[in-house]
Amino acid sequence: MALTKADFAEKLFEELGLNKREAKEMVELFFEEIKAALETGEQVKISGFGKFELRDKSSRPGRNPKTGEEIPITARRVVTFRAGQKLKARVEAYAGTQ
Amino acid sequence: MTKSELIEALAKQQPYLALKDVELAVKCLVEQMNQALSSGERIEIRGFGSFSLHLRAPRIGRNPKTGETVALSKKYVPHFKPGKELRDRVDALREKHDIAD
Repeated sequence: MALTKADFAEKLFEELGLNKREAKEMVELFFEEIKAALETGEQVKISGFGKFELRDKSSRPGRNPKTGEEIPITARRVVTFRAGQKLKARVEAYAGTQ
Repeated sequence: MTKSELIEALAKQQPYLALKDVELAVKCLVEQMNQALSSGERIEIRGFGSFSLHLRAPRIGRNPKTGETVALSKKYVPHFKPGKELRDRVDALREKHDIAD
């Protein structure tokens, strides 16, 4: 089961004693604020987690993998995420399910 | 934008919460995300994106200094896939804003 906004809000309610409305709003605002920064070209670094970076891609030739038809891929700006050292180390320690 | 700038921005929008509480809330959110990913759990935020783990297969590596070969076991790395709303919004204003830290 994936973690969702509702799970985050529940935790804020349980651990910090925010009321349910405040908790829900905090979670919404948290992600909205990051989106708003990225939207205006600002990269976002959350220490202890990672960095949301922006990259401008120039246009390049592409192909429809189904039909083989050539279609140009337009220039665009994309978001990438680079996990921080701490998160990388913690995830590396995860051995997997088998 | 840094974490402390994010905390300030959030505090401005929630005047009824003390800065300290906003700080704790952000800390709690970050810890939850770290916790989920390091136990192999996915995170799905509608409109923002999803975080999951990608498997890196075991491989024979090489110490670039000594040339010695080293066996590297399989490992997981965090991966983020931006959601449609985030992708669209970031791309829509690219001509108006340069990329900045």
